[in-house]
Amino acid sequence: MVHVSATPVLALRGVSKRFGAVQALTDVELEVHAGEVVALVGDNGAGKSTLVKTIAGVHPIDEGVIEWEGNAVSINKPHDAQGLGVATVYQDLALCDNLDVVGNLFLGRELLHRGVIDEVTMEKQARDLLSTLSIRIPSVRIPIASLSGGQRQVVAIARSLIGDPKVVILDEPTAALGVEQTAQVLDLVERLRERNLGVILISHNMADVKAVADTVAVLRLGKNNGSFPVKSTSHEEIIAAITGATDNAVTRRAERRTTEAAK
Amino acid sequence: MSETSNKTVQGDESPKAEKTAVAEAAAATATVPAPAEDPTAAGVAVVDPRLLVREEGLKGYVTEFKRKVKGGELGSLPVVIGLIIIWTIFQAKNSLFLSADNLSNISYFLSATGMLAIGLVFVLLLGEIDLSVGSVSGLASTVFAVFVVNHGMNQWLALVLTIITGIGIGALHGWFFARIGVPAFVVTLAGFLGWNGLMLWLLGDSGTINIPADSGPVHILGQSSFFMDQAIIGAYLLAGLGVVLSALGQFNEQRRRRAAGVPFRPTSEIIVRVVLLAIASFVAAAVLNNAAGVSNALVIFLASLVIVDFVLRRTTFGRKVFAVGGGIEAARRAGISVPLVRITVFAISGGFAAIGGMFFAGQTASATLNAGGGNTLMLAIAAAVIGGTSLFGGRGSVWSALLGMLVIQSIQTGLDLLNMNTSIQYMITGGVLLGAVVIDSVSRKSQKAAGRG
Repeated sequence: MVHVSATPVLALRGVSKRFGAVQALTDVELEVHAGEVVALVGDNGAGKSTLVKTIAGVHPIDEGVIEWEGNAVSINKPHDAQGLGVATVYQDLALCDNLDVVGNLFLGRELLHRGVIDEVTMEKQARDLLSTLSIRIPSVRIPIASLSGGQRQVVAIARSLIGDPKVVILDEPTAALGVEQTAQVLDLVERLRERNLGVILISHNMADVKAVADTVAVLRLGKNNGSFPVKSTSHEEIIAAITGATDNAVTRRAERRTTEAAK
Repeated sequence: MSETSNKTVQGDESPKAEKTAVAEAAAATATVPAPAEDPTAAGVAVVDPRLLVREEGLKGYVTEFKRKVKGGELGSLPVVIGLIIIWTIFQAKNSLFLSADNLSNISYFLSATGMLAIGLVFVLLLGEIDLSVGSVSGLASTVFAVFVVNHGMNQWLALVLTIITGIGIGALHGWFFARIGVPAFVVTLAGFLGWNGLMLWLLGDSGTINIPADSGPVHILGQSSFFMDQAIIGAYLLAGLGVVLSALGQFNEQRRRRAAGVPFRPTSEIIVRVVLLAIASFVAAAVLNNAAGVSNALVIFLASLVIVDFVLRRTTFGRKVFAVGGGIEAARRAGISVPLVRITVFAISGGFAAIGGMFFAGQTASATLNAGGGNTLMLAIAAAVIGGTSLFGGRGSVWSALLGMLVIQSIQTGLDLLNMNTSIQYMITGGVLLGAVVIDSVSRKSQKAAGRG
């Protein structure tokens, strides 16, 4: 476990979100520290994506507080989140197939030199960034269309780092990747942690979560269902929290007996 | 994505990789990137079998070339080869084909449709199509004629108003497409009919309006108007200017890249490129001088190409056009206003259509009923596509307007020289267009398949 600062860089306190009749999130708590990888897990429909979208500013929250470095902030649109330093890599990577790697990394924030796109500086910064992240791609001047799925994923993640964020949200970064490519992406997640970024990792894959996450936050039916340190928690406990296997007839009877016994 | 074959990787693995500096494709224009002259200058000496590390020397260029062809980055290679074949065939059939007069003719007549093709390149880069450019060009010549002849307006003022009309029409198409969500195909098809109708209505019963061509824009765009009044030096001046600017640009780029420690083209390669450009442009200048000189229409066309190419490759607007063409969602997430880019692009297309219409007016010194009709639109689209701009959006360059028009105009003039029927012309042009689209589709597929694992 990497050293974790006292004040979380991002904290959600009692966040609720409702879509019409559907209560998507209820009193959700989440803390992300600098240099910490928080895995956000949960079954389909547990509210993972909604939670991430509230942080990214896609859906403003209804109730609760979002704290940024200890101060309450309001995130109402994606621009607010970006301004704070939240970068989100969505599942569909949103890269332009026809542009080269440099073009994609700087898309929408091209560096200018006397009013003209400064390809030289952009290429230099792109190479520096990719090499500090130990990202291996054939060339920074190759169109994205010629890259493999894993390479696209790492480019998409690297792209989120251009704006110098403090928190990076990765939505299912290893879904649909092969073994080797998944390893590349997980390596990259570790390097993000080494750069002292807070990382929120959404994943369905327990092996990935166990491999890179420091903390696992479990969502179930839009509510917190436990937050576990990865090192001291077994695979089964996490799965149980996700599926709600702890909440069944047997456990309820056991619980009732203990409370009755206590009386 | 994950269907990418790992097989292709091996071809790029270089056994001597450790010894070579990391070299990567240089600017977006670079067809052949260069190894750093000084290995230490390249800085990062990361060696990984997946990296594209080019071997030094001639062999490096060959492997790089093979990789690009395999990867579907053909650029303008097919059209250049096609042009050489076409010229060889016609020259073999009729020795007049490569004569100065005929080449001069080709160069003059390609400019008008070429202007339409420039606008279409923008639209095609978005992956859309503009079917109205022919009608808009016809309407533009009529609007100009009405302003000048019927209202006695100053020709230059009329020219400006005409171009603004074209831009406005294009923006209107773009607005319907981007804001209302009507497919561009339908909007511009409506424009194709509607603006042609407006032109016919403006021309009224007369059918033709003759435009005085003693001076003003129509004179400049006429067949007997040449750069610097046919002065021999004029053509060479243009060629020299192009060569010097290109050399300065490339050496400046090399200096900046060297200073930044990113791969740059070696001096030898720049010299080869500049010399090749110099040979091509000075031969062209000499040939045109042998005939009558460089027509002003061609000069304006070439200048437009240079400017538009710069806008597309080196400005944020150009980057936005490519981004929207490559992935709308990605562009939107990057903060690009997709509707604004779309409207602007259609406005540009309309503007160039109007300018092209002025070129047509210059050819005949009149506005006629069939201006911009017939196969004008089809030839303009064919030119852009034959030149290598993808119909699927996101890939291409404005130079395809020139290359494509060279092919089309060569076929037309060549078949005219051979006294062949229009029917044959259409069939051959159709075949070439189909070939170009096939190459485009196949290269797109191979680009997807050439992804590295």
